[in-house]
Amino acid sequence: MAKELVNGCIAIAESAVRAGCRFFAGYPITPQNHIPEYFSHRLPEVGGVFVQGESEVASINMVYGAAAGGTRAMTSSSGPGISLKAEGISYLAGTQIPAVIVNISRGGPGLGSIQPAQQDYLQATKALGHGGFKTIVFAPATLQEAVDLTYSAWDYAERDRNPVFILMDGCLGNMMETVKFPEMKEPDRNSTSKWNLYRAKDVKRSDRVLSPYFPDAILEMQNKSRNAMMKRWAENDVKVEEFMIDDAEFIAVAYGIAARSAKEAVICLRKEGYKIGLIRPITLNPFPSKSFNKLDYSKVKGFIDTELAIPAQMRIDIQAEVLGRAPIYEYCRSGGILFDDEAVYSNYKKIITEASGNGI
Amino acid sequence: MEYKRPDTLKKTPSGFCPGCMHSLATKLIAEAVEEAGQKENSVHIVPVGCATLNLVYWQGDILGAAHGRAPAVATGFKRTNPDRLVFTYQGDGDLAAIGLAEIIGAANRGENFTVVFFNNQTYGMTGGQMAPTTLIGQKTTTTIYGRDPAKEGYPMKMCELLSTLEAPVFIARYALNTPKGCTDAKKGLKKAFDIQMGKGGFCFIELLGNCPTNWHLTPLETLDYMENNTVKYFKPGIFRDKYKDEVK
Repeated sequence: MAKELVNGCIAIAESAVRAGCRFFAGYPITPQNHIPEYFSHRLPEVGGVFVQGESEVASINMVYGAAAGGTRAMTSSSGPGISLKAEGISYLAGTQIPAVIVNISRGGPGLGSIQPAQQDYLQATKALGHGGFKTIVFAPATLQEAVDLTYSAWDYAERDRNPVFILMDGCLGNMMETVKFPEMKEPDRNSTSKWNLYRAKDVKRSDRVLSPYFPDAILEMQNKSRNAMMKRWAENDVKVEEFMIDDAEFIAVAYGIAARSAKEAVICLRKEGYKIGLIRPITLNPFPSKSFNKLDYSKVKGFIDTELAIPAQMRIDIQAEVLGRAPIYEYCRSGGILFDDEAVYSNYKKIITEASGNGI
Repeated sequence: MEYKRPDTLKKTPSGFCPGCMHSLATKLIAEAVEEAGQKENSVHIVPVGCATLNLVYWQGDILGAAHGRAPAVATGFKRTNPDRLVFTYQGDGDLAAIGLAEIIGAANRGENFTVVFFNNQTYGMTGGQMAPTTLIGQKTTTTIYGRDPAKEGYPMKMCELLSTLEAPVFIARYALNTPKGCTDAKKGLKKAFDIQMGKGGFCFIELLGNCPTNWHLTPLETLDYMENNTVKYFKPGIFRDKYKDEVK
C-alpha cells in the first residue's frame, strides 16, 4: 500500500477505522477537531456510527454504551475535555469495558491554551478518573507510530477489558507526515460476546449484567486483579526507543513531540563528542523501567528530563527509576510554547558543561 | 387471568423500602416488556439512585450507567444494537438534575429507545435531599423549612419541557397512586415499547411515585399526599402522541 500524506488527527482516525472501530462520539474542542470531523463522514462508509455528543460527558458515556455492546468504540478530546470525561473513563475501567480514548493535548491548566503542550502526563498516567485505576498510555512521536499504536490499541483493550489511552500533543495532531496505513480489519463482535452485551445470532438470551457497582469483597478482588494486570503490563507491554545510551554519560528523557527535538540535539552533540543518549518512552504507562535499571550508574552523570510541561511531570517517574543514582536536570517549556531545536541543543550543552565542570 | 410475578423480575426479595412505588413501577415495566413480546430482548440501562437496585431484580441483560448518563449510554448501545429493546429507568435527581443535558440531548436527537422517569420528588438513596422536582414548600434534608422558589426555583416539569422539542414521538405522565393510574401507566409503557420496536422514535414515560421513608409518611398516607399535592402540580396526561392512530 502506498504512503499517504495525512494530518495527525486523521492518521489516528483512519487507523482506528482500519482497526475495526465502528463507533465514535465526541465533542468539538481544539486542537483535535479533525478527528470527529473525519469520523463523521468516514464511519457511515463502513457501516459505523458517528454521534456528535451534547457534551464531553455524554460522548464518553455513549462510547461506554457502544463498547458494552461489543462495538470497537472511541472518543477523543483535549485537556479540558479529558477532565470532563474522567467520570466515564473511570466507569469504563470499573465495568471492565474496553475502549480507546485519545487526548490531543494542549496547554493548561484551566482553559489554558489551544497550542500544543504535554501538561496532561500525570492525568494520563496516574489518575484518568477517580478510584485508582490505570490504563496503558501510548505516546507516539511520529504519525506512523500514531497509526501503528492506534491500530493495536483495541487488541490491548479487549485483552485486558480495560480502556487504552493515547496521549499525543496538538503539534503532532495537526502536522502532516507520510504514513502507511495497515490493512482494513473487519470487526468481529462474536469474539468478545462472552463478556459483553452483544448477542450472537445463536444465543437466545444471555441475562448478562455489566455493572459498575460491586459488593465490597468482590470489588476488592477486582482491584487485586487490576493490580496484577498492571504488573503484567510492566513485564510485557513496555515500548521504548533507546538511542545511543550504551556509553552515554548524559541521557535525555523525552516523549512525543519533545523527543523529536531531544533526538536532534543528541545527534548534534554526539557529532561534537558529547556522550549523550535518549530514552523515549512510547508507553508512558507502563513506564520503561528496564531502560533505566540496566544502565551502569558509575558512568551516568545525569538525566535531562525534556518535556513541554512546567512543572515537569514525567520527572517523578524518572526519579522512581533512578532512585538518586544520578542527578536529574530539566529543560522544559509549557503553556503552548514548543521547543526550538537549537535551544534544546544549547540548553543540553549548558547543562552538561555545568554538571561536568570542565566541558566534557 | 392469573396474577403472578413477571418472569422478567428475579425471584428475590425486594430491597425497596416497604410501600415504595419503585417496586410497583419496576413490575409494571416488566409486565409491559413481556406483553410487548420482548422478554428475552430487553436491555435495561440501570441508573444511579434507588433504581440501581434493579441490578439485582431485573431478569435480562443489564448495563449500569453513571449518575444521569443513562440516555447517553443508551444512545451508544442502541445505535450499535438496533434490534434490542433498550430502556432507561431513572429517578428525578438522576434525570432532571445531573442528567439534564443527556436527557435533552437524547430526546432532541430522537433516539429510538424508551426513557422511564420515576418522579418521587426527592433523592431517596442519599437520604431525602431536595430534587429538581421537589414541590414548593416540601421539606427535605436540604430544605428543612420547605422548598422556597425564591432560592431553589420551581419544580421542574420534564414532560412539558421535553414537549418543546420536535423529535420525541410519545411523551406521557401517569400517577401510580390509583389503580387506574397504574393500568394507564402500563398501557403507556407497552405502547412506548411497541413504538420502539416498530415505527421507532424517542418515548418518554413519567411515573409519579412516592417515597414513604423520606416523605416521613406511611405508604397509605403517601397516596393521599400525592392526590392532594403531586398530581395537582404534575398533571398526568399525554403530551405527545405522534402515532396516535397507528400504535395503540
